[in-house]
This record gives sequence, C-alpha cells and structure tokens, in this order.
Amino acid sequence: MANFILRRIIGVVPVICGVSIVIFLLVHLAPGDAATALLGPQASEAAKQELRHTLGLDQSLPVQYLAWLARTLRGDFGVSIATHLPVLTLVLPRFGNTLILTFGSLLIAIVSGYVIGLLSALRANSLFDRLIMSVTLLAGSAPPFWLGLILVLLFAIQLRWLPVSGMDDVTGNGGVMDVLRHLALPAVTTAMGPAAVITRIVRTSLIEALGRPHVRVARAKGLKRSELLRRHVILNALPPVITITGLQLGYLLGGALLTEVVFAWPGLGSLLYDSITARDLPVIQATTLAIALAFVLANIVVDLINAKLDPRLREA
Amino acid sequence: MSGANSSAGIVEAVSAAAAPGSGSARFWRLKSFARNRAALISALVLVGVVGAVTFGPLIGGLNPDDADNLARYAPMGSPGHLLGTDQQGRDMLARLLFGGRVSLLVGVAPTLTAGVIGLALGLLSGYVRGVVDQIIMRCLDVVFAFPMVLLAIAIAGAMQPGVLTEIIAITVILVPYFARLARTATESVVPMPFVEAARAAGGTPSAIMLRYILPAVFGPVIVYATTLIGLMIVVGSGLSFLGLGVQPPTADWGAMVAEGRVVLRRASHVTIIPGVAILIVSLAFNFLGDGIRDALDPRTIRR
Repeated sequence: MANFILRRIIGVVPVICGVSIVIFLLVHLAPGDAATALLGPQASEAAKQELRHTLGLDQSLPVQYLAWLARTLRGDFGVSIATHLPVLTLVLPRFGNTLILTFGSLLIAIVSGYVIGLLSALRANSLFDRLIMSVTLLAGSAPPFWLGLILVLLFAIQLRWLPVSGMDDVTGNGGVMDVLRHLALPAVTTAMGPAAVITRIVRTSLIEALGRPHVRVARAKGLKRSELLRRHVILNALPPVITITGLQLGYLLGGALLTEVVFAWPGLGSLLYDSITARDLPVIQATTLAIALAFVLANIVVDLINAKLDPRLREA
Repeated sequence: MSGANSSAGIVEAVSAAAAPGSGSARFWRLKSFARNRAALISALVLVGVVGAVTFGPLIGGLNPDDADNLARYAPMGSPGHLLGTDQQGRDMLARLLFGGRVSLLVGVAPTLTAGVIGLALGLLSGYVRGVVDQIIMRCLDVVFAFPMVLLAIAIAGAMQPGVLTEIIAITVILVPYFARLARTATESVVPMPFVEAARAAGGTPSAIMLRYILPAVFGPVIVYATTLIGLMIVVGSGLSFLGLGVQPPTADWGAMVAEGRVVLRRASHVTIIPGVAILIVSLAFNFLGDGIRDALDPRTIRR
C-alpha cells in the first residue's frame, strides 16, 4: 500500500507541472500585453515598464515561466488589480468556505444517492422506482445554477423557510446553526446533479448484484432479506458505485463554483466570478490554481480509497 | 482514471455496461420500446426547437431588444406577449427565440470541433504509439486535472468575453474526452486482419488510418458527441450566466437566467422560462444520445 501511495504521488508531479504551465499561460490569453493584463488599464506606462522588467516579460516564455513558478512556490501570487491587496490574502480565507460547501454537498449527494438508489433497486420497476428515475433524469439535465434559483424561489421567497444569501463567516456571530441554515440551499443545489448520477448507478449496480447466482442460492436457502442484502449484495455492488462517486468530484467542484455565485456564498467561486468581472488576472490565476490543486489531491484520496477496498487496483 | 471528470456520457456508458442481463424478456422489450419512443419524441422536439429558433425570428414583429416601458414585468399569457416581458419590457418569446440560436450554437459547435480534433489526436496516438502517443496523452492528462467547468471558466475569463470565447473554452475541455475514446477505439481496430492485410499490401500509415481505421472509429465518436451536446449546452449556459458569453443587449438562455435572477422576486417567469428551455433541449439531446447508442449497440438486441 505504501508503495502504491508513493507511486501515485510521484505520478502526479508532471501533472501538477502541466497545470502550472496552463495557469501561467492564462495571462497570455488575455487581450493586450501581459503587463497591462496584470496591472489593469489604469496603470501608468512607467509602472508597466517596471513590471515588465521585474517579471522578466521582456524575456522568452520559458524563462518567464520559471520566474513565475519560483514566485508562486514562495507564495507570491502578485497583487490584485481590483483591490491592490496581496492575492494570497484574498484567496486563503475563501478556501475554507468552498471546502464547507463542497463537503456538505458531497455528503448530501452520497447519502441521498445511496439511500434512494437502494430503495429504487429493491422496488425495481415499481411506480416509486419510475418516479425516482424520472426525477434523476431531470435533475441530471438541468443547469445547476438555474435549479438553485428555483430552490430560492420555492424555499426562500414563497415559503420563507431559508435565507437566500448573506452567509458571513463561520467564525462570525451566527455560530454553527447560522452556517447550516445558509448552507442548506447552496449545498442541496450543488448536490442534485451528482446525487442523480449516484442514485442511478447505485440502482443499476444493486439490481445487477441481486441477480447474481450466489444471491439466488442464498435466497433459496431462505436467508432473511436484510441479512441477504448485508452479506451478499451491498458490498458486492460497491466498486462501480465508488468509482462513479469519485468521478462526481469534478462535477461537484465545478457546480459549486456556479452555486456560490447564485447564493453569494463567500468562497472561491464568488471570488473567481468577481475577479473575472474586474478582469483581475492575478486573482483568477491563484483561484484556479487553488481549486485545481485541491481537485488533484482529492483524486489521489479517491484512488487510495479505491485501492484500499479493491486490492486488484494496487497492482495497476 | 486519475483526474478524470465525470460526464453524463461516460456515466451512461458505464451504467449501460453494468446493465442487468436478467429480468423478464418482455420487460426489456417494453423498456427498449419506451426508450426508442423517448428518442423519437426527443428528435421531434429538437427539430421543432431548431426550426423555431431558425425561422421564428424571421416572422415580423419580433424584436428581442425592443423595450416597451409601459409593458414591463408582463406575466405569461399577456396580450401581445405570449411569454410575458422582462424588467425592461422586452418580449420574452422574442428573446427566447433569438437567444436559442446562440445557446444551441454554443452547445453544438464546440462538440463538433472537439470531436474532429479529438478524433485526429486519438487516431494518431493509437496508431503511431510510442513517443507521439506519450506526448499527446500526457498533455491531455493536464486538462483532466482540472474540474471541467473550472478550466472553461478560467480560459473564458482570461479572454475577451464573447460567443467565440465560449466556443473555444468548451472545445478545449472536450478534446481530451474524444481523444481518449478515439485512441481506445483505434487500439481495438489495429490488430484486426483487414488492417494487417492493408499493411501487407503496402498501404502507407496515413492511408491505413484514413481508409481503414477512421470509418471504424467514427461511429463511437458520433454517438459520444450526441450524448455530450446536452451537457455542453448546460455548461455553455453556465458560462453565459457568469457573463462570459454574448454581451448585452444580446442574450442567450444562460444570460437570460442571469438577467432574470435580479427580478426573481418581482417576475419569476423571466428566470423560469429560459431555464426550462435549457432543460428541455438538454434532456432531449440526452434521450437522443441514449437512443442512438442503444440502436447501434449490439447488446441491446439481446434485451
């Protein structure tokens, strides 16, 4: 297992290098020259000249990249165009809020997906099952940001159960209950798409497992249903379910970015949105890098869980 | 699978592979019939939508930017405004029809472009192998290391907002999916006797790739493209929702949802209508993709 972890970590190094190159190149996608992109249109010609010199923008691209990488590794992401604050001080506090939202939605997606998928599989082809399958199709096809607005319309405006936005800070005076109240709608919004996919795969996987010969034998022996499920079905049906759940992480993170904008959730997604509106490239770069690194790390964790559960994967 | 994002297409493909082989045969026939009917209805819906957004705007009297100050916030079913008006008194039906042109373009164009590029890269990778394969695949791994939507937002956010920007950003995130699929398909075709025969007959690599392998790889790519268009219309509308696509006063469906959001309390139909349009089109493409896949998948005949 230790060997597997080591190989996995070494394997990720070139990918992270590639990710950093892509993020470095974002500046060069921007219209106009890089100095203007980094300092904003109001900057004076002298300031731009100075930045070109300090960043080595007059040098070749590879040299520029290495200089950028060295600064980034030191935690120096430059200064925000819009706020003139160091980028790192903007990004770091937002990170925790995005983690709260992502974990909350992941939890909702997994629990609801597994429970509903199980109930659906046990009553396959019943009215309940068909209803659930239709709902998952709808939830899986709808744009998440729009679903969020529909939930706002329903639960915040019509029923007045939950707040629309206004989440401040976990350490704020509202305490945990306040955070949970504000978390409910964004987390459910973000969770819906992944929950739909997980429900479908749990159902398919369980129906398949229920039809296997050893399950029929166990049933013929007169094993109780709960015992049958626990001992012969659920664990056997798990591998594809875990794989698909892991694959939902990217979708969930991407969806969370848009949900944050809808609900004014003070995380990296809103920061990304604000910095795009302000054409604040250093912040766009740092935010993108932070989310991408978190995603790469999360994928390693998923692979480790998979390998832990299925020894065959450790050989691959 | 490290770093791979999910997509409806992949997930559906996986669930299809895990589909049960048991169950009563009659049920499967019924289900197959029902699914084909869904695909058929979806195809008709899509033809209707494409027809409406293509020819609807040509009918006189519809102007998406014509703001009638006296008719702001008109609800659905108002005289002269079938779908009501928005906060500026602009006709929702006109905006929906004109906006649909952009939304469909942003879903379809990148999928086709990425399909062609991915097909070429996958074919090359799978046939030539070696260093070329390694370089192409490692580069594509980098794209997989980003959550799909994040990379699209970052690319579009760095560039000048606009329809072309959206199309480029979505194309970039899609190419790796098509390339992997095409590479796998190529690898499965290369060992076949007819390829070996072509090689023995002295065919050049490019001729073998184009004449013998491409036709075999083309099918899966087309099926995959159909299943992805629905998702890409949703992703594209997300970018527009963030203001990265067409700029006001022009709007596509995603931008319309963003405009409606401001007046959600006062006039919810401004938000609901464009979202329903996105949902219907994305659902229809998903059904159609499933239908085409099932029709071409020999396993479904057994059902």
